[in-house]
Parts: sequence; structure tokens; C-alpha cells
Amino acid sequence: MQPVNEMKLEFLSKSSNEAFARVVAAAFVSQLDPTIEELADVRTAVSEAVTNAIIHGYEDETGTIRMVCRLYERSVEIEISDEGKGIEDIELAMQPLYTSKPEMERSGMGFTVMESFMDRVKVRSKPGEGTTVTLYKTFSSAERPRKKQEK
Amino acid sequence: MDIKFTNRGSTLIAAFSGELDHHFAEYVRNKIEREVIKATTRDVIFDLTGLSFMDSSGIGVLVGRYANIRKLGGKAAIICSNGRIRKILEISGVLKLMPVYSELNDALRALSGA
Ligand SMILES: Nc1ncnc2c1ncn2[C@@H]1O[C@H](COP(=O)(O)OP(=O)(O)OP(=O)(O)O)[C@@H](O)[C@H]1O
Ligand SMILES: [Mg+2]
Repeated sequence: MQPVNEMKLEFLSKSSNEAFARVVAAAFVSQLDPTIEELADVRTAVSEAVTNAIIHGYEDETGTIRMVCRLYERSVEIEISDEGKGIEDIELAMQPLYTSKPEMERSGMGFTVMESFMDRVKVRSKPGEGTTVTLYKTFSSAERPRKKQEK
Repeated sequence: MDIKFTNRGSTLIAAFSGELDHHFAEYVRNKIEREVIKATTRDVIFDLTGLSFMDSSGIGVLVGRYANIRKLGGKAAIICSNGRIRKILEISGVLKLMPVYSELNDALRALSGA
């Protein structure tokens, strides 16, 4: 399926970019006329994935985080990737309450939050190479993207 | 992100406003911690009414503070009316540690009664 629109963004793994990334994703996705609730779901999930890239992917280093958003007629696909540490055991990492950084007051709920606010979460990762998290969501909006937006 | 403190007897009310994420977690943690260790504080109410956003970083902040409040012999409660934040509190098990209310008066009553 061909996206109706697409954007790519790269930014440094600084915590001040967490708010930036979720605001940008929500602004782009709002072209599909999602409900306020659906938009808030997207903001929350993007925040979780970007925060993970900063805290776990790059730890104390500064690296580049890449975000790709693809819009379809009524759905969105958001890919967030880092070239950081990677995940050894993805299944374990996605378990509720599992965290590799309890001393940093992490609760191990990031993936669970992503899964409960999005339709599907896909994780690809290789230790030493990095991690890509893809978030999928279909919007309930009966309304199709307005014609005037389809230039 | 901002946090304001008021005291009702030995109960500290920590009122959050804005967006609580990893970027602001440490700032908020230090601010609350400074108030919690005061001899005048026993119980704590986290008033999340003014929060427009919170993700799992907020869970870490609340659970970490809760542990310290308990160590000092106090109790804690949450005020929250935002559906999404409430859902995050629920799935992460925070509501098993601290009761959540919609109104400040209910939280105050619960802490003084128990
Ligand atoms: N981008 C990433 N790079 C490397 N490891 C990751 C990445 N994302 C997640 N992980 C691993 O998966 C674990 C679980 O992530 P999750 O977001 O569920 O919890 P957390 O980040 O530890 O805690 P919380 O999100 O509740 O603050 C992390 O502790 C970490 O070990
Ligand atoms: Mg996380």
C-alpha cells in the first residue's frame, strides 16, 4: 500500500527532544482528522519510543534518532530508530514491568503503554547495531482526509 | 512543567502542571524529595489534575517517591481526572499502591480517616 503522505525527521538524543518529537508526530498525523483521544494515544506512544532510544539506546552518549511517519487513508505507521546499544532479548524487554534500569527509577512499562495505546507495536533490534520500533494505528474517523489537503 | 506545594496539617499536596516526561522527571523528583524529608510532612497527595501529559517516566517518579514516603511512615494518594493518565496508572499497578480520587477533599478525607 502506498502512503498518502510521508515525513522523515532526524534529531539528537537529547531529552528536550522528547516533547519536540511527540508534538511533530501529532501535528503530522492530525492531517487524517483523528479524534483528540487518538492523537493523545499517538503522542504518548511516540514519547515512550523516543525516550527509550535516549535512555537505553544511547545511554550516556549522544546519537541520532530517526522518525519516519507514513500516513495512509485512515491509518498511520510511525518508525522510531536508533543506532545504539540494541536489545538482546526482545520478548523479555517487552514484558510488563521488565526494566534493565531499575536504579534509574524506570518502571518497565514503556512497551506496555505503547501496546495499550496503539493497535500494534513491532520491534526489530540487533545488539550493537540499534533498535527500530514501529507503531501502527488505524483511526476511527469516518471522515476521509479532506480533498483540499491532497495536493 | 511546574510543581507547587501546599500543606494541610501534616499532609503535603504536590500539584503538578504541564507535561511530565523523562526530561522533567529529575527536576520533579528533586523538588518533591526536598519537601518529603521535612519533619512537617507525613502524608503526601499527588495532584495530577493540572497535567496535560504523562508517560511511563511519571510512573517511575510516583513509585519512587511512594517508597520514600512509606519509609518515613507516611501514606500517599493521587488526584487524577485525566482518563489516559489514569489508564497508565492502572496498567502499571500504581493504583494498587496508592488510591486515586477525582477531588482533593476525598483524598484528604481518606488520608485522615485511615
Ligand atoms: N531503544 C532501545 N535500545 C536498547 N534497549 C531498549 C530500547 N528500548 C527498550 N529497551 C530495553 O527494553 C526494556 C523495556 O523498555 P520499557 O520502555 O518497557 O521499560 P523502561 O524504559 O525500562 O521503563 P519505563 O519505560 O517504564 O520508564 C528497557 O529497560 C531496555 O532494557
Ligand atoms: Mg521506557
